[in-house]
Amino acid sequence: MSHHIVEFQDVHFSYPDGTIALNGLSFKIFHGESVGIVGANGAGKSTLLMHMNGYLHPASGRIHVGDFQLDSRTCQEIRKKVGLVFQNPDDQLFMPTVYEDVAFGPLNLGVSPELVKESVDQALATVGCTALKDKPPHHLSSGQKSAVAIAAVIAMHPDILVMDEPASNLDPKSRRKLINLLKCFEHTKIIASHDLDLILDVCRRCILIREGRVAADGPTKELLSDKALLEENNLELPLSMQKCGA
Amino acid sequence: MTFDEKYFDVGRLDRLSYQSTCVHQLDPRAKVVATVLFLFTVISFPKYEVGGLIPFFLFPVLLMTMGEIPFLFVVKKVLFVSPFAIFIGIFNPLLDTGTVAVIAGMPISAGWISFVSIILKFSLTISAAILLVATTSFPGVCHALRQLGFPSLFTSQLLFLYRYLFVLMEEAMRIIRARDMRAFGTRGTGIKVFVRLIGILFLRTVDRAERVYYAMLSRGFQGDMPSLRKSRIAMTDMAFMATMITFLVVFRFFPVTEEVGRFTQELFR
Amino acid sequence: MHMADALLSPAVGATFWAGTIAVSGYASKKLKEQIDDKLIPLMGVLGAFIFAAQMINFTIPGTGSSGHLGGGMILAIILGPYAAFLVMASVLTVQALFFADGGLLALGCNIWNLGFYPCFLVYPLIYKPLVGGGKNPGRILVVSLLSAVVALQLGAFSVVIATLLSGKSELPFGAFVLLMQPIHLAIGIVEGFVTAGVINYVRSTRSEILESSAATISLGPAVSLKKVLITFAVLAAITGGALSWFASTHPDGLEWSIERVTGKDELPGQEQGIAPLLKGIQEKTAFLPDYGFKQAGKASKKGEPPPAWPGIEGGTSASGIIGAVIVLGMIVLIGMGIRAVRRRQNEQ
Ligand SMILES: Nc1ncnc2c1ncn2[C@@H]1O[C@H](COP(=O)(O)OP(=O)(O)OP(=O)(O)O)[C@@H](O)[C@H]1O
Ligand SMILES: [Mg+2]
Repeated sequence: MSHHIVEFQDVHFSYPDGTIALNGLSFKIFHGESVGIVGANGAGKSTLLMHMNGYLHPASGRIHVGDFQLDSRTCQEIRKKVGLVFQNPDDQLFMPTVYEDVAFGPLNLGVSPELVKESVDQALATVGCTALKDKPPHHLSSGQKSAVAIAAVIAMHPDILVMDEPASNLDPKSRRKLINLLKCFEHTKIIASHDLDLILDVCRRCILIREGRVAADGPTKELLSDKALLEENNLELPLSMQKCGA
Repeated sequence: MTFDEKYFDVGRLDRLSYQSTCVHQLDPRAKVVATVLFLFTVISFPKYEVGGLIPFFLFPVLLMTMGEIPFLFVVKKVLFVSPFAIFIGIFNPLLDTGTVAVIAGMPISAGWISFVSIILKFSLTISAAILLVATTSFPGVCHALRQLGFPSLFTSQLLFLYRYLFVLMEEAMRIIRARDMRAFGTRGTGIKVFVRLIGILFLRTVDRAERVYYAMLSRGFQGDMPSLRKSRIAMTDMAFMATMITFLVVFRFFPVTEEVGRFTQELFR
Repeated sequence: MHMADALLSPAVGATFWAGTIAVSGYASKKLKEQIDDKLIPLMGVLGAFIFAAQMINFTIPGTGSSGHLGGGMILAIILGPYAAFLVMASVLTVQALFFADGGLLALGCNIWNLGFYPCFLVYPLIYKPLVGGGKNPGRILVVSLLSAVVALQLGAFSVVIATLLSGKSELPFGAFVLLMQPIHLAIGIVEGFVTAGVINYVRSTRSEILESSAATISLGPAVSLKKVLITFAVLAAITGGALSWFASTHPDGLEWSIERVTGKDELPGQEQGIAPLLKGIQEKTAFLPDYGFKQAGKASKKGEPPPAWPGIEGGTSASGIIGAVIVLGMIVLIGMGIRAVRRRQNEQ
């Protein structure tokens, strides 16, 4: 039986300056799903992801992650479950070397040093960055930074992997590598991106957000082939779909 | 120096510090302590000392060669450094005019001698500071400071500073390029534009700090920065320290230079 | 203006370091008590910001020359004194290491001059009381100007004192002050304008930043403690200075004291052996010098040459020069030798 793992119920949120970013958002995501979040600039995708980890708290509505309802008491627990990969890897890699950065999470979880070493090595191997271990993050290329940022998150063994624009700075080859990497993860995945081809490749389900609300929700293939709907939301048919159509 | 030059300069020094020569592999603590002792010894020489300072150049030369730090790079750094010492020191020859020596028929005033002494001390202390980072790396120095008892709050944020130095320098560089592209001479480089640029950079920085903080929280940060670094002082570090102290004591308390000179004179008499 | 190692005597350098370390420890402790975890990354990233901002030059109106930011006041206003002091200390540390600005021994002095004065004297005693609610841009400008000027004047004066106490420079007190203070008046005015500009800009666009940061770190209960600390620090600076006066003034420090004790101007054998060193340390706390700032230099110089320079007679000075050339030559040879060996190793 698949149980829901993330649930938003009528979530409202506005920034201190009054911008309404989420306006009655509701959806459920089930265990093992891979879900793409798409929408125009400013639709509220990043804001939504920031809620999954308790950085932002809804003004009204409820959020459940796993067995917990999100509030300031449970957000420590929830952060262990949800691994969030930021839009800009420079924000995420804050330690002076790659190794220390990847080890930061496990160490904070109180894992013993030997186990930390093991999970760090394993995480770095997964993303193919073992050789970069002792480098400082500012000596890495954008693609390498993104890969290390992912390693830093998976080293904590989260149940859910949440990513904001994972491919925004990558060259085509690194992007392809990332897609292959994401495909082989068994985690529940939630990916916000404008790269619809990536979503099409990696996610089976897709949620379209408009002005802080769910505008459409369904299988990626169907949703991303609806030309009218996409254009209404400042989006275009994915390249691969365009070819099919022609 | 323009912004770009400064930026590349810092970047180059930073890269040099990640090599793995025998000097780079010494324990950072040993290098920090050795450098501090070296500095104190050098400036403890009296005002008119010149000869006694010369042997101390052995230390930077050894670090440079063993540590594979390009000689010209260090020289350039020393030359381009803020010239306060020289600016102040140059008054000595003007004010301290009593003749103390005649070299090859030229009278030399005490002021010139103390000025030369300042220049020598300047070159020695500046090159020692640069070579410390160049052979230890900034995080290395920070961890050494932590282990030597500096407050952890201070060293943690020093590490953050280092990490975001490059990110922010790049951001500043982009902003400056945008400014200079549209500044046409000096018109756009005045204080008003500058204040606005700094203001924007500041706001971006604060937002970034917020995102960094979120990133830390998402990885279980609860107020302490954990560290995996556990360095043990090895035999080589002990040997290094012992050599260093011997070197300093010998060159500080025995007039090596003069003895060498006298010996040579005897030899050719 | 950064103080430099080459102008410092060990006693003065150490005194400033002691003061700086004491204040850093105190500031860290204070921050730990009231810390909000958020502050560590904020401090680090703002330090990087100040560092980057200092690298941007701008044209000073009316002069055509270029200036750059110092940042101490901005930090104090935004972060409050404790965090600002630590951030300033970090920025200067990075500068000392990456740009070798000043050097590592002078770092203590530089942190003191550019950190302590703006954060612990000017901010609580001038800026905070005068700025009021901090809502009026004109008032912010005036108070920032005043604060920055005072902070930089204090810093510059401190550089003068440190240099004079170290005794490596011949510049007389009056001339040095006349040289330093006006330059720093100009720098202070520019700094004040920039500080006010940035604070006003931030206030007009994102006022919550100013409210959340500086305000949360209250100065209230700490004031009396701080007074004690300041008194202590000033006392330390004065005693340290006085001590180093004995240690390193004209005619040079140790030799001078030894000369006074032994009554000779040339010491037998090695003038710098350990015994006289120890004796010197003992002596220099035992009596006061009988002449003041300026006469010291004059009196010793006019008549006889300074005794500290050992090689006044032809023979010694010749061997000194020959020795210097040979030692330098040997060092160069050693360097080239190692380099050649390394290169060969690398080629293999
Ligand atoms: N820190 C903030 N303060 C005020 N308003 C904000 C802030 N961050 C975002 N917003 C506003 O909230 C709305 C949603 O922004 P959000 O960043 O979630 O969009 P997004 O879908 O991620 O866009 P993009 O595709 O450009 O990343 C936008 O109108 C934006 O202007
Ligand atoms: Mg976004």
